[in-house]
Amino acid sequence: MSKEIKPKRRDFLFTATYAIGAIGVGSAIWPLVDQMNPDSSVKALSTTEVDVSSVEPGKTITVLWRGKPIFIRRRTKKEIDEAASVDLKDLKDPEKDSDRAKNPEWLVMVGVCTHLGCVPLGEKGDYKAWFCPCHGSHYDTSGRVRKGPAPKNLEIPKYEFVDTNTIKIG
Amino acid sequence: MSEVKYIPKSKLAKWFDSRLPLLTLAHHLQSYPTPKNLNYWWTFGGILTFCLITQIITGLVLAMHYVAHVDHAFESIEHIMRDVNYGWLIRYVHANGASMFFLAVYIHIFRSLFYGSYKSPREVIWIIGLLIYILMMATAFMGYVLPWGQMSFWGATVITNLFTAIPIVGESITTWLWGGYSVDNPTLNRFYSLHYLLPFLIFGLVILHIWALHVPGNNNPTGIDVKKNSNETMPFHPYMVMKDLLALLLFLIVFLWFVFFAPNVLGHPDNYIEANPLVTPSHIVPEWYLLPFYAILRAIPSKLGGVIFMFAAIFILMLLPWLDTSKVRSAVFRPIYKKFFWVLVFAVILLGYLGAKPPEGIYLILSRLATAYYFIHFLILLPLLGRYEKTDPLPMSISDPVLDKPGVLDKAKKAASEYEGENVGSFK
Repeated sequence: MSKEIKPKRRDFLFTATYAIGAIGVGSAIWPLVDQMNPDSSVKALSTTEVDVSSVEPGKTITVLWRGKPIFIRRRTKKEIDEAASVDLKDLKDPEKDSDRAKNPEWLVMVGVCTHLGCVPLGEKGDYKAWFCPCHGSHYDTSGRVRKGPAPKNLEIPKYEFVDTNTIKIG
Repeated sequence: MSEVKYIPKSKLAKWFDSRLPLLTLAHHLQSYPTPKNLNYWWTFGGILTFCLITQIITGLVLAMHYVAHVDHAFESIEHIMRDVNYGWLIRYVHANGASMFFLAVYIHIFRSLFYGSYKSPREVIWIIGLLIYILMMATAFMGYVLPWGQMSFWGATVITNLFTAIPIVGESITTWLWGGYSVDNPTLNRFYSLHYLLPFLIFGLVILHIWALHVPGNNNPTGIDVKKNSNETMPFHPYMVMKDLLALLLFLIVFLWFVFFAPNVLGHPDNYIEANPLVTPSHIVPEWYLLPFYAILRAIPSKLGGVIFMFAAIFILMLLPWLDTSKVRSAVFRPIYKKFFWVLVFAVILLGYLGAKPPEGIYLILSRLATAYYFIHFLILLPLLGRYEKTDPLPMSISDPVLDKPGVLDKAKKAASEYEGENVGSFK
C-alpha cells in the first residue's frame, strides 16, 4: 500500500499563491460588478412627500417614487368593508387589510404588478379594483392578488403621515 | 483538414507565410472541400454572416447619431429618421436586419434539426451555434430598448422582471441589472454599452463556429460521411461561393422589400410613443422572433415555473446531440422522425402565433398543448425513436441517390459529349 503522500513545501507555496491570486482577482472584479448597483444619486431620491388634501373619497392619485408609480387611494366605506370581510383562506398571499392600510381610508401601494412589473389599471377587473392588462392578474380593493399569475400582493412601500394632509413615502 | 499542404509560390509569400500563415488560411478557405450534394438550405450560413456584418456596419453608423439618455434617446431616433442624411434608410436596414437575421437563423437551425447536423462529430458546432443564438436574442432585446418608446420601456421592464422570479437573490439581481429601482437612465445606458459589445462577441463565436465546422467538414442532405478529396467534394471557391451569392441575392429581395415597402410591419406602433413609466400599453408583445418563448412563459400558471420552462426550452437544445440517440443523421432516411420534425415545426410556429395573442381561453389551452409537445418531442420522442425507429437503408455514397435514378448516367454522358467549353478534353 502506498504511504500517505506528505505535502511538500512547494505544494504549500503553490496553494498559497493561487489563494492570494484568487483574492486579488476577485477584489479587482468586484468594483466592476458593483458599479452596476444603484448609485448615490439614485439612492438620494429615496423619499417623496405628497400632498393628499385634494383627494376625494373614491379617487386615486399616482405619484412617481424611485421611478415607480405609487397608487394613493382614498377608499370608500364600501371598499374598506369589502377588503376587511375577505376570508384569509381565499387569498394566495394572505394578509389582513388592517395590516396593509394602517389608516383604512388610505391605501398606499407600489403600482407595479408583482408578476412582471406592468402598471395595473384602476377600478377594473373581477374585484372592481386593480387589473393588470399584461398577463391578467386581478387585485382586490386592498391590492391583494386574487386571480392570475402574480405571486404576491401589490407591495406596500414604507410611508408615514407627516401631518393629516401629507404622506412621506420612503 | 486533410488537405494537401499548401506551399506559396513566390519567395516573398513564402517568407511571410512561414511567419504568419495567413496565405495558408486563405488557401484553406478557398479549397475547403464541400460535399457536392449540398442544397439551398446550406446557403444560410453565408447569409447569416452577411446579416451580422450588415448589423455591425449599420449599428456603428447609427451610434454616431444616437444619444443614450432617457431625455434624448427618443428624440435622437426621430432626428436620425428625419434629419440625418439617409438616416431613415440606415435605421430601417438595422431594425429590419434584426428580423431578417432571426429569420435566417431559424431556417439554419431547422435545417440542422432536419438533416441531423448536430450529431456526432458536430456537437461542438451545434453548441457554439446555440450560444450565438442566445447572444443574438440578448443583443436584439437590448437594441429594442434603445429607441425608448413604450414597447422598449415595457419590454425591458417585463423581461428584467423575469429575474425577480429567482428565489432569494432575484430582487437584488434585478436591482443590479437596472442600476436603480426601476428601468431608468442607468438601465438604458448599460444596455447601449452591451448592445455595442455583444455583436463582437457573436463575431468571435462565429469564427469558432466555422473553425469547428472545418474540422469534420459539412454534413450533407444524405447525412452520411463524405470521402474528402474524392469526387464527392468540391472546393468551396468558386462553387459554394457562387451558390451562396445567388441565395443571398434572393434573400436580399425579401430583406429590401421589408426595408422599402413595409419597414414598420414587423414592429409595434406603440414604440413611436415615448416611454412613460406610469402607463403600460394595453397589449405588450415582444418582437416576433421571441414570441414562441413568450408563449411558453405564459403557458405555465406560475411565475417561477414559467421562467424555468422558458429558459429550459432554449437550454434543452444544448443536450439535443445526446437526446437524439439515432445513428442515422438525415431525416430523409428516418420515416417517423420526419413526421415528428414537421409536428415540431408546426408547434413552434403555433407558439409564435399564440405568443402574440392574449393569454386566455382557447389561446391558453393551445399554448399549453404546444409547450407540452415541444418538451415531449425532445425529452421523450427523440430518445425513444433512436431505439425503436426502423430507418430506411442508407446509400453507399452521396452520389448514389442521384445516380440510381434511371437514365441519369446516359443523360450526363450525352451532356458531356455535347459540351464545347473550357477544359473540353477532361470531359471526353
